[in-house]
Amino acid sequence: MKSIQELEAIRKKTMDNVNQRTDRTTTRIVVGMATCGIAAGARPVLLSIIDEVKKLGLNDVSVVQTGCIGVCRLEPIVEVIKPGEEKVTYIKMDAAKAKRIVDEHVVQGKIVDEYVMHVVDGKVVNDYTVQRD
Amino acid sequence: MREISLHLIDIIQNSVSAKATLIVVSLEINTLEDYIKITITDDGCGMDEETLKKVKDPFVTSRKTRRVGLGLSLFESACKRCDGYLDVYSQEGKGTEVMAYMKLNHIDREPIGNIQDTIVSALLNDNVNIVYRHEFNEKSFEFDSREIKKIVGDDLSNPEILNWIQEYIAENIQNIDGGAF
Repeated sequence: MKSIQELEAIRKKTMDNVNQRTDRTTTRIVVGMATCGIAAGARPVLLSIIDEVKKLGLNDVSVVQTGCIGVCRLEPIVEVIKPGEEKVTYIKMDAAKAKRIVDEHVVQGKIVDEYVMHVVDGKVVNDYTVQRD
Repeated sequence: MREISLHLIDIIQNSVSAKATLIVVSLEINTLEDYIKITITDDGCGMDEETLKKVKDPFVTSRKTRRVGLGLSLFESACKRCDGYLDVYSQEGKGTEVMAYMKLNHIDREPIGNIQDTIVSALLNDNVNIVYRHEFNEKSFEFDSREIKKIVGDDLSNPEILNWIQEYIAENIQNIDGGAF
């Protein structure tokens, strides 16, 4: 059985690395957690992002939940907002894809193109792939 | 929704939007009288009578992005198809209570699902405390995030702490109902 003593031990261990969040340098990862998001599977996405962020020890990243983003058919949706950069919207997420976004976009700064929501002529093209000839 | 626990996180998010600081969730399984009863009580902003009358209507919502709000109506239909019902009580400025009731052994009843993940994702909201009460016939288990915060401080977003909470809740639920639901 889990005991409160264990919790005490975790606290002692993690006391030193309490993160200081300063807004100007913080990357925000936003997960849509309205009815539409939850039904499409946003809960495992959120938990996997939290897990990955902490596993990599990223102190300047905050993971937040929001309501409906407005394109329910593309849920689960994750938005990555890096300071001084434009917001990137990722669609049809799952736990594994979300991990990749943390690794590649948040850490290395490389946008994961294949999961990004594309808007062409004001219309969302969710299965858009780059055509090369 | 595929699981009752997903309805729960949805309704909890409503409470969070209503600026609740304490959300009490209770889930009661009774095999003798064959029912599941769920209540979610918050101390959020509540709603006026006018809104309360229309709240289960899927075309009523407080959000601005669209005119559709499906959370409560989906939960209600999940109850109704299992010979149950859903009631909402609210007082402006005091809070809201959602009460859901359904037949336990109904063929259409959704599985209860992953309660621990629901509680943990709710705890990721700042300044929100969750009390979760799980009852199985005469046995019960209670989780109170305020107790946890007393030990580890207000920030629960550490994965080790979240993990501990998940396992703690899962173990205790398993312990009282044998993992049958």
